[in-house]
Amino acid sequence: MRLTCTVNGTEQQVDDVWEGESLLYVLRERMGLPGSKNACEQGECGSCTVYLDGLPVCACLVAAGQAEGREVGTVEGLAAPGELHPVQQAFLDAGAVQCGFCTPGLLVATDDLLARARAEGRTPADAEIREALAGNLCRCTGYEKILDAVRLAADRTAGDAR
Amino acid sequence: MSAPTRTPSGAPAHLTGPGSGRVGDDAARPDGVLKVRGEFAYGSDLWMDDMLWGVTLRSPHPYARIRSVDVGPALAVPGVHAVLTSDDVPGSKTYGLELADQPVLAVDVVRYQGEPVALVAADHPETARRAAARIVVDYEVWEPVTDAREALGHPTWNQVHETEAPVTELSRESAHLHPQGNLVRHLKVRKGDPHATADVVVTGEYEVGMQDQAFLGPESGLAVPAEDGGVELHVATQWLHVDQRQVCAALGLPPERVRLTLAGVGGAFGGREDLSMHVHACLLALRTGKPVKMSYNREESFFGHVHRHPATMRYEHGATRDGDLVYVRAQIHLDGGAYASSTPAVVGNAGTMGIGPYVVPNVHVDCYGAYTNNPPCGAMRGFGSVQTAFAYEAQMDALAAELGMDPVELRCRNAMEQGSPTPTGQVVDSPAPVAELLRRLAAMPLPEPPGTLDLREVPGGVSNTTHGEGVRRGVGYAVAYKNVAFSEGFDDHSTARVRLEVVGGEPTVTVHTAAAEVGQGLVTVEQQIARTELGVDRVVIHPKDTDVGSAGSTSASRQTYVTGGAVKAACEAVRARVLERAAGLTGRPVGDLRLFDGTVVAEGLELPLAEVLGDDAVEETLEWRHRPTQALDPETGQGFAHVQYAFSAHRAVVDVDTELGLLKVVEMACTQDVGKAINPQAVVGQIQGGTAQGLGLAVMEEVLVRDGRVQNPSFTDYLIPTVLDVPPMRIEVLEYADPHAPYGLRGVGEAPNISSGPAVLAAIRQATGLPLTRVPVRPEHITGT
Repeated sequence: MRLTCTVNGTEQQVDDVWEGESLLYVLRERMGLPGSKNACEQGECGSCTVYLDGLPVCACLVAAGQAEGREVGTVEGLAAPGELHPVQQAFLDAGAVQCGFCTPGLLVATDDLLARARAEGRTPADAEIREALAGNLCRCTGYEKILDAVRLAADRTAGDAR
Repeated sequence: MSAPTRTPSGAPAHLTGPGSGRVGDDAARPDGVLKVRGEFAYGSDLWMDDMLWGVTLRSPHPYARIRSVDVGPALAVPGVHAVLTSDDVPGSKTYGLELADQPVLAVDVVRYQGEPVALVAADHPETARRAAARIVVDYEVWEPVTDAREALGHPTWNQVHETEAPVTELSRESAHLHPQGNLVRHLKVRKGDPHATADVVVTGEYEVGMQDQAFLGPESGLAVPAEDGGVELHVATQWLHVDQRQVCAALGLPPERVRLTLAGVGGAFGGREDLSMHVHACLLALRTGKPVKMSYNREESFFGHVHRHPATMRYEHGATRDGDLVYVRAQIHLDGGAYASSTPAVVGNAGTMGIGPYVVPNVHVDCYGAYTNNPPCGAMRGFGSVQTAFAYEAQMDALAAELGMDPVELRCRNAMEQGSPTPTGQVVDSPAPVAELLRRLAAMPLPEPPGTLDLREVPGGVSNTTHGEGVRRGVGYAVAYKNVAFSEGFDDHSTARVRLEVVGGEPTVTVHTAAAEVGQGLVTVEQQIARTELGVDRVVIHPKDTDVGSAGSTSASRQTYVTGGAVKAACEAVRARVLERAAGLTGRPVGDLRLFDGTVVAEGLELPLAEVLGDDAVEETLEWRHRPTQALDPETGQGFAHVQYAFSAHRAVVDVDTELGLLKVVEMACTQDVGKAINPQAVVGQIQGGTAQGLGLAVMEEVLVRDGRVQNPSFTDYLIPTVLDVPPMRIEVLEYADPHAPYGLRGVGEAPNISSGPAVLAAIRQATGLPLTRVPVRPEHITGT
């Protein structure tokens, strides 16, 4: 089948997609966007978290056809080319990246959390951060520096308009 | 299903990164920006335009004879390019780290569920999977051997292996393969009086379940056929050269025709020490003449790598009324599963360090590694020490209770220190601040008792299972140690090639080693060392490949020590040549000159490196070794077997819902001596990550195996800690230099993974009053239901 959708603001069209392919597979293998990761492919680890019409989803659980005509946002689209998004910068500054396989999904999930909090004019407390990121597994860091990174990004972006 | 097409990606990148940070600084990772942008090429991201996808057909049975294999139906599937079996392996049919006992593809017999039987290459991964499902394998199913002690109890009954396997240079000298029976290794440690008696005696039997490394990046790589009839393999691994040796043997090709390059590695933790898809992808690429990519999904990953050895352990501790340890006697059984993998080394660690970091005059330990038809077990972070620490620390708490002593005081009273003898007759010849680690932990403030009810802070969380009723808090301590680097006489070395030149007017160092970066940050450490030794900020990390000599394995907490040592030595050799050259140019004695900030400096002299080097590059390649170790005496287990020890201690605070068996780890505190923190931020990251993995084994992580079959090969059923399970941590890093090691550093990665779980168990025992002799602890162990 043919799939047409908008990815990171650009319209993409791919042909000969098998109906059984996931959005994750199409992003990674047909669109040249391997940033979203394939750690469990059953919605448990969050490594493939992307935006679908502005809501975070596990791309491995979305059939490619479900993305038809919709807007997809991936880690590759978080920042303008050559720049870093404040969440990306905070993960680097806090030492929250080790192997980095969980990082793309965590960046999207964190961006979503902080955007929701900002819209309500607040920064999230630790318990809220933990609940929000509970669907993103990390095996390297023990999560402490990821929490540091989220707090840092929240502080740095607290005044930003959304 | 058509083959996908897109732009090729995943070429190995030279890493430069931010360009500052020397030894002792929180330098930033050179691969960090690539990783946060999603541009870092992991093994599963590799791509070539005309590549095929390879998949593996695995045995559904833990033990069976293969009567026949019919690949015809698979070959008939459109899009399939090749189907291979063991008949298609041109070289050695078996491989292995220490004993070459594991078939590349099953030969006549399968010995564990998930053993590879056949391979398929096709133009779409789903085509390949569906074709593999059409291969007809006729099995004569046998009853599996699934208990390590029973496997040893019947040496000629149901023997898992019938023939002796070739031994590799990695084998422990004292490790014998027993062609008759299922024993992989029996290590005896004998010290003092085997029949010593004591005033107070405690005994216990303990069991540790099978843990999975659960690295997030699946086993993956890309094999590309080369024009010379050889192959280029890009793969996520822990030791390129030990892979190369095994791939060459299986393919029947010389090393110059099998070139390996490290692909991005999404975590390792020991699970990538053994081969996975390496030979398989190469076989398919050589057969089809096309690049072949293989990438396991999570279920296959559970069958595609070794796990941590399950252990059953019987301990007896004897002490005086005052609390001085008199003797420890222990029997340790480790289930190695169907193939040897690292079992001999795991037995070595469990046996030599199995009584913990304590001084004991009389020690009698027997440690066994056995073959069974369970999943093969091998390397995982802290191996041998992780299992035994659960037992010896439970024993120390039981002894403290029997003596009416404080558990921390009992440990400190018997703690190893510099100059102490080990059970294997070694004298600890660098700082061993075991008692200080414990006393610092005990001095840390405890977390506040539960305040106003917040469901997110109680056992069971927002499942709303308790409002605090039945919840008791426990506090537990544990201390542990482990050897750093390879032991027992192995020639443990690393190779570094360092080049200094002026590029675009800027002095530039290129560091080329084969040391696998798996996430720990070795590439950062390599840059920090080069900047420190050569006074040059711009340091480029060359892709890791087999064009340079072996760096040894990224395991045993050894790379910062050994490859760090090699990079330091190569930099020193480059520096000596550069300064000699500068001495010739300036007429100043070499001894007066040093490198600083891209210049050669001396009293009244500042000579830019560009003027010293011109268009020349100064390059040195060096092999570097740590002090030699010795094999253990086969009868007594005595010998200078370990070059260095790492020590850490944990305090755990746990809230337990004693009615439902649910628990919440409230806080973990850790103290660790790292000798010298080369990168303090990365050191703390290792401690935090190791602490979480130890916690996972203590309370949730187990590969459940019933009758040789894995029951939970997914992240839905095999649970690793989430951010809700891992509590805040307090960490104190001590830096007592080891005079034998580069910069005084001590290996970091494994120790915190060892002491964390036993501390959690101690806390749960204190909260519940239950003995809890098995890990992971399950709710029914607490409720008794």
